[in-house]
Amino acid sequence: MVLEATDISVIFGGLTAIDQVSFAIPEKSIVSLIGPNGAGKTTFFNVLTGLYKPTTGSVAFEGKDITGGQPHKIASGGMARTFQNIRLFGLMTAEENVMVAMHSHLKSGIISTIIGTPKQRKEEIEARDRAREILDFVGIGKSAGEFARNLSYGDQRRLEVARALALKPRLLLLDEPTAGMNPQESKVFVDFVHELRETQEVSILLIEHDMSVVMKVSERITVLDRGSKIAEGSPEEIKNDPKVIEAYLGSSTGNH
Amino acid sequence: MPHFSHSVQSGFRNWLPASTVNECLVWVICALGLNIVVGYAGLLDLGFVAFWAIGGYSAGWFMSNFFYQINLRFGSVAPKSLPGIHLSIWLVLLLAGLICAFFGIIIGAPTLRLKSDYLALVTLGFGEIIPQVFTNGENIGGVNISNGTKGISPVDNIGLLHKTLGPFDLNYKYGLYVFIAALMVYVSLRLRGGRLGRSWLAIREDELAASMMGVPLMKTKLSAYAVGAFSGGLGGVAFATHINGIFPDRFNFSISIILLAMVVLGGMGNVWGVIIGAIVIAWVNASGLPAAGSLVNSTFHTNINFPSYNYLLFGGTLILMMLFKREGFLPESRLKQFLHETDDEDTNLELH
Repeated sequence: MVLEATDISVIFGGLTAIDQVSFAIPEKSIVSLIGPNGAGKTTFFNVLTGLYKPTTGSVAFEGKDITGGQPHKIASGGMARTFQNIRLFGLMTAEENVMVAMHSHLKSGIISTIIGTPKQRKEEIEARDRAREILDFVGIGKSAGEFARNLSYGDQRRLEVARALALKPRLLLLDEPTAGMNPQESKVFVDFVHELRETQEVSILLIEHDMSVVMKVSERITVLDRGSKIAEGSPEEIKNDPKVIEAYLGSSTGNH
Repeated sequence: MPHFSHSVQSGFRNWLPASTVNECLVWVICALGLNIVVGYAGLLDLGFVAFWAIGGYSAGWFMSNFFYQINLRFGSVAPKSLPGIHLSIWLVLLLAGLICAFFGIIIGAPTLRLKSDYLALVTLGFGEIIPQVFTNGENIGGVNISNGTKGISPVDNIGLLHKTLGPFDLNYKYGLYVFIAALMVYVSLRLRGGRLGRSWLAIREDELAASMMGVPLMKTKLSAYAVGAFSGGLGGVAFATHINGIFPDRFNFSISIILLAMVVLGGMGNVWGVIIGAIVIAWVNASGLPAAGSLVNSTFHTNINFPSYNYLLFGGTLILMMLFKREGFLPESRLKQFLHETDDEDTNLELH
């Protein structure tokens, strides 16, 4: 297992946002987390990435306990994420955006940067080359010199993924990556996620609203509703699970 | 011809005396330091005068007869008979920078967790406290650290390239200040293009996203603070050698604000813009206003005290700049773009 979350609860004041959820991601798998609005999906993401400390429960990443650890340490430890509402560094170029995420892999400090030691110069050149490679991989290599805020919406989404990949993650968390995409773009994205997993050897956890994307891309699906896990299984099982249908469409045995 | 050269000379004496040129350079050194904190990392600092003061007093401690109980000298040109600590100017610059960086970290560690406005308030307090400590520093636990309101004066002559620079060797001091300013420009540009500079900008752009990309927020902000403070220390030493002493009443709140105005007016984040901003404002303050005043007064036989209107002028200019040219004279290209796009959005909104 890349990631194992055990009995996670998050309580904000009197509101239980997440209630005793356990969740595991196997190596090199694509797993989805779905649920109606307000089910606690993004909160769960924020617990995994260290932004929130869970009220109870623990998170283990590659066997190590990371519960409530500092976000930047979890990130440089190999867990990268994208954001539901795009959070790029708008006034930096696409290339710089990607290079920021290499911060923890680069070593040069204040003195060596000022002097410009051969080692530091070599490191910078290698980082730039790798940033170009990643940008090419996600398909926006031509826009390397553009400011992030000037990219098209779809390209910004790609840049978010590129930036996350620069962390060399072993687990990639994608928070509603197809939000705002049209069906054509979503289809391209599904292929892209498969390609990611094959070429980058990375496990992927997806939060998604678009059911066609979820069903096509995921190997396992976990369904959250009002903070609790109500179902878990293959896309086929989830499709036919009465509890899931109830959560999304309302009760079928309701009082008419 | 002699008459002409005479009038040119007197013109320079009034409008651009050598001491003003040097003073402008001292401001440039400090403004470049503040630019790293405010322009690059986006941390609003209203107390930068504290580092200027600490740097100045470092010069007082390490290159004068202030600590007359101690007799320590290294590479100094001060007379052998003079007691006290006398170190070479280069060593003093290094020490002052390091002491300021140390204080920057001490102050930053607990406060940099605060968000923009709160950080600004805490730094404001810091900028008030440090000069007060020096003003009342005659007897701190039995130790005199600052000579109180009298200040420390004079500081040693500077030994530079086999020359001894006294208080009036303005030309050679000019060379020294240009060298320090150039060093700061080089340091700023190198850091900006490297790993650390990218992370500073990332924090300025989106702190949360930066931390999620593996940038340690505290450490990165502290490094910006420390580098900025270091150059504040250099500026402090330069100031002490420029006015040949350290006087606590010179380190008041308005210095922090003027420095910030230099960074903002010149163009936040762009070293060239900041240099222009610093030179223009420092010149207006030191020579421009007095010279214009004496010209107007002698021409129209009036008696207006021009220099006393400097804050009216600065305040007015700042307001006008914020209204019409928010990005400063020579902005970083990215900032300019950002501000003008939001302008367009605003006008679009008004149209609908």
